[in-house]
Amino acid sequence: MKKNILEVKNLTVSFNGEKVIDNLSFSLREGENLVVVGPNGAGKTVLLKTLLGINPYSGEIKWKEGIRIGYVPQRFQIDKNLPLSVEDFFNFKTLDRKEIISILNAVGINELSILEKKIGVISSGQLQRVLIAWGLLNNPSILLLDEPTSGVDIGGEETIYNLLNKIDKKMKLTTIFITHDLSIVYKFADSVLCLNKKPICYGLPQEVLNPERMKELYGGEIKFHHHDQ
Amino acid sequence: MTSELIYSLITAIFVGGAGGYVGSLMVSKRMALVGDALGHVALPGMGLAILLGLNVSLGAFVFLFIGILLIWYFEEKTELPTETLVGIIFVLSLAIGFLITPELELLEALIGDITDVSFANMAIAVILSVLVVYLIKKIYLKIIFSSISNDFAVANKINVKRDNFLYLLAVAVIVAMGVKVAGSLLVGALVIVPAASSRLISINLKQYSLWAILFGALSAVTGIILFNALGWPVGPLVILANIVFFGICFLFKK
Repeated sequence: MKKNILEVKNLTVSFNGEKVIDNLSFSLREGENLVVVGPNGAGKTVLLKTLLGINPYSGEIKWKEGIRIGYVPQRFQIDKNLPLSVEDFFNFKTLDRKEIISILNAVGINELSILEKKIGVISSGQLQRVLIAWGLLNNPSILLLDEPTSGVDIGGEETIYNLLNKIDKKMKLTTIFITHDLSIVYKFADSVLCLNKKPICYGLPQEVLNPERMKELYGGEIKFHHHDQ
Repeated sequence: MTSELIYSLITAIFVGGAGGYVGSLMVSKRMALVGDALGHVALPGMGLAILLGLNVSLGAFVFLFIGILLIWYFEEKTELPTETLVGIIFVLSLAIGFLITPELELLEALIGDITDVSFANMAIAVILSVLVVYLIKKIYLKIIFSSISNDFAVANKINVKRDNFLYLLAVAVIVAMGVKVAGSLLVGALVIVPAASSRLISINLKQYSLWAILFGALSAVTGIILFNALGWPVGPLVILANIVFFGICFLFKK
């Protein structure tokens, strides 16, 4: 039995008296990939930031001792003329060029000239890969991903999910993956947490995802295809 | 060359270089005009120092420090944008500055005068410049990160509040020394222009900061040499030299 690396109990986060996350409990084992789904404004990003220690909360968040968290933020706008090269960006975490190159290879970047480019001018697919590489540096025990562009081609006919699947097989990742794209759940999740302020469902995808739940989660009509695997 | 001129030159090189370096960070944080505004915050301190016969930079620093504490405090308490708060402190200081600075000395305070630097003052300026560069080097990448995304920085265990305070302190020290070179009115140029020039031709942080330091120091030297030849006020000459470098960089823009 693998040990839990994260336990969350009765987590409530409020902003200005309004509950953004209401009484949420879940846990995560080593090697597990948890996908958090829910509509926009459901509190998914808030959950991630709370886990990272950015937001105040009530309830309990218990990380395994000595955990190293890799965080891949939502893509942010970087000023095109900011003279911050991709290498500078990595240097924030490590000065070891070999390590940087090997992590770049792991996310499918073999063209090393990217290190000399300004980070504001690389393509959005490249930036997505760089951000994931950045999160993977220093060998984190868990990777938190905040809504990497769903289904977007990140170059070389590859989607972010193929890439993560590949890395997962190689590195045995533990991840919490946030998305509003349900199709990801079947491709990537060991367990799924449906969130719309209140937790709507939590468990194995094939057990907890059904049309009624989805209606409850998204509040309206939603086409629901069950992907047989 | 008189020893006074040599002291002025050395002071200007160090203050100019360190100003360029700090400025490169300010431009990245989109706070370029804050340096300009802080120059004005220094005015009442300079006025008082002139009245009491004290070191102008010391007077400037005291008021800058108080100004920055106020800005930092109101930032935490009100969530008003930094530049708005700087604006308030800036006009308050100008008002007080004009009331207390004797009219004759006002021009010196406004456009600077670095022709009467003693050995001790030069030594202090050199030491402080080196300290400022050292401090900024320590927090440079972290500040860049928190300016890209605050959450990202916090998630990566950057102490954003502390680093911002150290950064503002370094800015205060540089502006306090810079008012001696370029005066309260023009000191902003010492931090803005070298960084802007450097930005035009740099693609990574190392180039960016090195060029900013170099342009800052070179324009200070050029300004003083021109002063020596022409007898015009130093401050405006330093700024003009800076602008010439900016023009050259524009031609070689990357």
